Amino acid sequence: MVAASRKRDQPWLIRTYSGHSSARASNELYRSNLAKGQTGLSVAFDLPTQTGYDADSPLARGEVGKVGVPISSIEDMDQLFDQIPLDQMNTSMTINATAAWLLALYIALAQRRGIDPRKLSGTTQNDIIKEYLSRGTYIYPPGPSMRLIADTINYTVRHVPRWNPTNVCSYHLQEAGATPVQELAYALCTAMAVLDRVKASGEIAAEDFPQVVERISFFVNAGIRFVEECCKLRAFGEMWDELTRTRYQVDDAKMRRFRYGVQVNSLGLTEAQPENNVQRIVLEMLSVVLSKRARARAIQLPAWNEAMGLPRPWDQQWALRIQQVMAFETDLLEYGDILDGSPVIAAKVAELIAGARQEIENVDAQGGIIAAIESGYVKRELVASHMNRLRAIESGELKIIGVNCFEETAESPLTAGSDAAIMKPDPEAERRQIERLQAHRRQRNGSDVQAALQALADAAQSGENIMPSSIRCALAGVSTGEWGNALRAVFGEFRPPTGIDIAIDSREVLGQKDRVSDLRDRVASTGNALGRPLKLLVGKPGLDGHSNGAEQVAVKARDVGFEVVYDGIRLTPQQIAQAAEEEGVHVVGLSILSGSHMELVESVLQELRTRDLGDLPVIVGGIVPPEDADRLFALGVRGVYTPKDFDLNAIMGDIVDVVRECNGLERLGALH
Amino acid sequence: MAHASLPDPELLASRILRRERAAVASGLNLLDNRLAEARMRAVRLLACLSGERWLNEGHLIGVTGPPGAGKSSLVSAMIREWRASGRTVGVLAVDPSSRPELGGGALLGDRIRIKTPLNDDGLFIRSLANRNQLGGVASEVWPMSWLMLVCFDVVVIETVGVGQTEIDIAEIGDTVCYVAQPASGDTIQYLKSGIIEIPDIFAVNKADLGAPARKTASEIARSARRQDRRDDWDYPVCLVSATMTTGIRSFHDHFDRHRRYLVDSGLLGRLRLRHQSAWVVRLIREEFGTFGLDLAGGRAAVERRLSESRCNQFEEYERMRTHMLSRLLSVNQTTL
Ligand code: B12
Ligand SMILES: Nc1nc2c(ncn2[C@@H]2O[C@H](COP(=O)(O)OP(=O)(O)O)[C@@H](O)[C@H]2O)c(=O)[nH]1
Ligand SMILES: [Mg+2]
Repeated sequence: MVAASRKRDQPWLIRTYSGHSSARASNELYRSNLAKGQTGLSVAFDLPTQTGYDADSPLARGEVGKVGVPISSIEDMDQLFDQIPLDQMNTSMTINATAAWLLALYIALAQRRGIDPRKLSGTTQNDIIKEYLSRGTYIYPPGPSMRLIADTINYTVRHVPRWNPTNVCSYHLQEAGATPVQELAYALCTAMAVLDRVKASGEIAAEDFPQVVERISFFVNAGIRFVEECCKLRAFGEMWDELTRTRYQVDDAKMRRFRYGVQVNSLGLTEAQPENNVQRIVLEMLSVVLSKRARARAIQLPAWNEAMGLPRPWDQQWALRIQQVMAFETDLLEYGDILDGSPVIAAKVAELIAGARQEIENVDAQGGIIAAIESGYVKRELVASHMNRLRAIESGELKIIGVNCFEETAESPLTAGSDAAIMKPDPEAERRQIERLQAHRRQRNGSDVQAALQALADAAQSGENIMPSSIRCALAGVSTGEWGNALRAVFGEFRPPTGIDIAIDSREVLGQKDRVSDLRDRVASTGNALGRPLKLLVGKPGLDGHSNGAEQVAVKARDVGFEVVYDGIRLTPQQIAQAAEEEGVHVVGLSILSGSHMELVESVLQELRTRDLGDLPVIVGGIVPPEDADRLFALGVRGVYTPKDFDLNAIMGDIVDVVRECNGLERLGALH
Repeated sequence: MAHASLPDPELLASRILRRERAAVASGLNLLDNRLAEARMRAVRLLACLSGERWLNEGHLIGVTGPPGAGKSSLVSAMIREWRASGRTVGVLAVDPSSRPELGGGALLGDRIRIKTPLNDDGLFIRSLANRNQLGGVASEVWPMSWLMLVCFDVVVIETVGVGQTEIDIAEIGDTVCYVAQPASGDTIQYLKSGIIEIPDIFAVNKADLGAPARKTASEIARSARRQDRRDDWDYPVCLVSATMTTGIRSFHDHFDRHRRYLVDSGLLGRLRLRHQSAWVVRLIREEFGTFGLDLAGGRAAVERRLSESRCNQFEEYERMRTHMLSRLLSVNQTTL
């Protein structure tokens, strides 16, 4: 074998995005993943931690330790990194609104362990802009959010120089339906907004500014159209190089490099025939490693059972092994850039760049990305793109194997096990975390805590960098909710536009004209029979930020003639029941993907009953394992829909029938 | 089927008078219902609720302006003021429906901007679609606003308006407010059109944008002053920012001042009587056309009959309606 003697490039950082139940359980998982050859950590936090609530806050109910690890104070951080040397680890934290806080906890922990923060390396995602557009864990209004990002950058550039303080994300935009051009445009607009903000803060001397530019890294998506994705990454590289040179006068080419990490597309991973997801993941990964010039620095892959629920350790191991096969068995890392010089690739790259420039101009014309988020423009563009994608799947124009074609399948041994082939977080996790937090509150020094929180509030008010006072809070034993609330009191809270107010796309009905007109007739005639147009409330209870499904259900319902009320994400069961009452809707549709459906649906039903609305039909959509669906039906829920129910027209037909049945009209049955 | 589920109007009215939220909700549902039986009950409900209070109590406020100007955000800021002073608030937020050939559906998106503080029993928001009705405001808004007036101190009707709708809203609100978008074509159009005669209070929102907001405010102030509709009202133009909550206090005071002005000048009751008849006339025209109006004796006669019945226009309306229906049916029978 000749290959053995060839010089190979270093592979990218190999990670798995994980965390669940408790700091202790997650720590065990991390250590076993590292033992399996993973080279960096990627921490998934639970939703209360991401949205700045304590485990015992009423808003956290049902969400503690579900989709990630709960971190309530420095003691949890200590447990999470037990026996993991912070100065040798590269830790990526998917944390945004509370990024400054989690970074403060990490730095404080290093200090407590006698480690120089200058030796810490890793990443805080800390791109709050895209939270308003896709990811949903925002807290404060855009102004203060930008300031928090700038503060962490200004701080780390000086005190934690190997840290990537922010990871500008286009990943989540694609997961919300963005096209490659939209991904390029909005991510670059965000990066410019961040850099402009740091510049305007005046904390960095002009000659040091290139170092700030160099610290900006990106988090990108790679979908199944892998040639185009390959070109998108090259386009990113070229545009970033130009932008940093012309807009920020960075002369050193090395500092202008487009450094990025990747998680491959998960939106396209299916619940039906889930084994096919493995091929998809491999192909998607290929696009970000194939060309050396635009190769990812760090990669994390989803698991084959992505659309079913959380991955078990074995599922994650499979995803890890995909990366290792790519890195260590193939000859990929032995060559220079294999796409350089291809006219086909160059033409596609040029086309993407032209499209992205145009869209950047559109955003600029509106006063930049923040203004375009506040006005709802960007969100509307994303909702419209996602709608186009779903319409194409419905019409069969976009083929998804196992979903809208080649649906027949033998029984899968992969899903045959008794655990439904997914990870179930510890059901006791919430109770334990609450006890742990309350015990912690009892043993810390109350006056230190008060003084540290006061200093934090003062800094928030005065505009002084938020990091030093946050680190002081961390050391004093302040909790995540206390930090979050201290800043809420100064900055206020914010709810971004939902983006569903897009124009009806009359073109979209062409492929399915008969079904849409059939549906419009059904909705109208049912409304006439009941005396007023059908009214639907789409509700997102809990801290869950997955809005795609709710948005598309709302848009579709409007298109077939419903009057639709949708108030965005993160509402309490009480707010939803109150809206159902005030609005006089005929049916309530809840969308829950965070795994907290049992708790949340039960409380919504309870709240409806206390308002005399026990007869109002409720349907549920999202990630709901089959046995939970049965339990929901037993509670009185009238319909349950999961990702395999991709046909929104059929869902609408069902909803009309549910309303009819509950009002004494006969069902109309399946659409023709 | 459905009749069994329609509420008993007399019972419902007594619950509404006790301000029970669930009753308010089901009353609004009933007023929204087009079934013949529901309409009968709706009229009975309104008759039970009617009284002098409809001529002199509460404050009906219409807020209009181009989409995106910040009407809902401003209403939200005002709600904080009203609630702080202990007043209860009902909101009717009207959004456009899509064209009938495109399904006629609607996205009702105002609630998210009119943020409801948890557990506030003193605030009630109902969104509704305009259902492609001429003029932009659904005719259901009218009786719904009267129902709300029974249980809330302030009733706000928000409508999108860039032209026609102001005329409708002028026939609902005691006080009409136009919210302008700084430096927008819509506002300039508005200034040129005659509709500027309608609002009593102008707000230029997004004052935080600086110069463009100030410029728009001075343009409006120039046009607004030229009117001669009511000499003794000053048509204030307020620079406000809903998001930064600046200027809200004095904006809010103008509403109280305007109401006082209406009461002191004896206009309030007359205005409301006029508004009620305007809507009845509109309803008749919608259902029966001008022909129907003629059958009822012509517009002037209808208006006279309505104003004579003062606060019981609903019964009068229903009498006329029954009368016209029977006339129309007999006309049809003889010609067929
Ligand atoms: C896209 C996506 C995201 C996007 C969301 C973008 C957005 N704005 O929606 C991003 C990247 C931001 C994201 C983030 C996270 N995600 Co995610 N995400 C997904 C993914 C890949 C697809 C979901 C989706 O949008 N599908 C497309 C829509 C159209 O389908 P749908 O919502 O399922 O809706 C269909 C039906 O379910 C139904 N339906 C849904 N709602 C309703 C409502 C009504 C009324 C009706 C009638 C029908 C209905 O009809 C729809 C039509 O088919 C799923 C896995 C998967 N493939 O399903 C994971 C998944 C949901 N995510 C998951 C997790 C854990 C997260 C995070 C919490 C991770 C973390 N720890 O930070 C974060 C945080 C998000 C937050 N704030 O809550 C987990 C949830 C695990 C669980 N339930 O146990 C999943 C299952 C992945 C996994 N296996 O781990 N995610
Ligand atoms: N800059 C600024 N934006 C505002 C202000 N008030 C509202 N907005 C924004 O304008 C948009 C439209 O607001 P909304 O209240 O829904 O307007 P409506 O359509 O007139 O009801 C939203 O994105 C708001 O955040 C303000 O005072 N200043
Ligand atoms: Mg509005």
